[in-house]
Amino acid sequence: MKDIIADLNKAFDHRVRLGIMSILLVNDWMEFNGFKTLLEVTDGNLASHIKALEKEAYIEVKKQFVGKKPNTTYRVTELGKKAFAAHLDALEKLLNIRP
Amino acid sequence: MTQHHRQHFETLQEIRSIMERSSRFISLSGLSGVSAGIFALIGAGFASAYLGRWPFGQDDYYPFKLQELHRWGLTAWQFFLIDAVVVFIGALGSAVFFTTRKAKLKGQKIWDPLVQRLLINLAIPLTSGFIFILGLIYHGLVGLVAPAALIFYGLALVHASKYTLNDIRYLGAAEIVLGLIATFFIGYGLLCWALGFGILHIGYGWYMYRKYEQPTSN
Repeated sequence: MKDIIADLNKAFDHRVRLGIMSILLVNDWMEFNGFKTLLEVTDGNLASHIKALEKEAYIEVKKQFVGKKPNTTYRVTELGKKAFAAHLDALEKLLNIRP
Repeated sequence: MTQHHRQHFETLQEIRSIMERSSRFISLSGLSGVSAGIFALIGAGFASAYLGRWPFGQDDYYPFKLQELHRWGLTAWQFFLIDAVVVFIGALGSAVFFTTRKAKLKGQKIWDPLVQRLLINLAIPLTSGFIFILGLIYHGLVGLVAPAALIFYGLALVHASKYTLNDIRYLGAAEIVLGLIATFFIGYGLLCWALGFGILHIGYGWYMYRKYEQPTSN
């Protein structure tokens, strides 16, 4: 029991971070505002969670200009995909243990 | 289920729901299908009346007679053009109305990248089908118009089901089967068209409305 809990990734230990990863697994790219509407969070809150995931190299940023507007999009890295899959596996295993 | 179990279970459910919401347009209303089906049935009814025949039991191949037809002060081409345009606008307009209404009720945006992706993926097979049908008419192969419409529409639905409620995949498959049947039993084209665009839309739309939208008591 103990070591399974250890498999849960601390980096995903928050609703917003789980949301960001879930969105990026099914979308190639997502804009900052896309996260905002889907997850219903404030700019500051979202930015800090994105930064945390970026720091772990689970997601990467692409900054570009659409016309004259700066546009920031995000995508998941290979490392991020593996880490999230491992996290989901751990959650599943925890669910399969009979209390 | 312990406290922890429940919590992990809810986490997994939320992940699943976010994946759905972020990759599919889920505001498509079942009532859109019902209203489009009603317009299709009315259109098919008028077509049947114009052709002056009951659509069941075809002993001959009606398209060959189209050139000679003149009823209600309209040639066959004028009649079918008006009939098609009215049905198309009615069906599309009511579909947009009900889907916009559902999106508003759910607080979802009606014009976002998901809708655009859905529409583009619907438009590719539908536009190809439309031009193909114009080609059929140009060559005088009007008997194949109804089967071609059903097949292309079915393919469009199967293809677009990846971007919206997955249920429309089965509706699409049913349309394709009807279209293929109508390709061989060409005299039943109008009947198959009415079944596919009318009855199937109404039935399936109602089923989807009951499944996703009607307030349930449980």
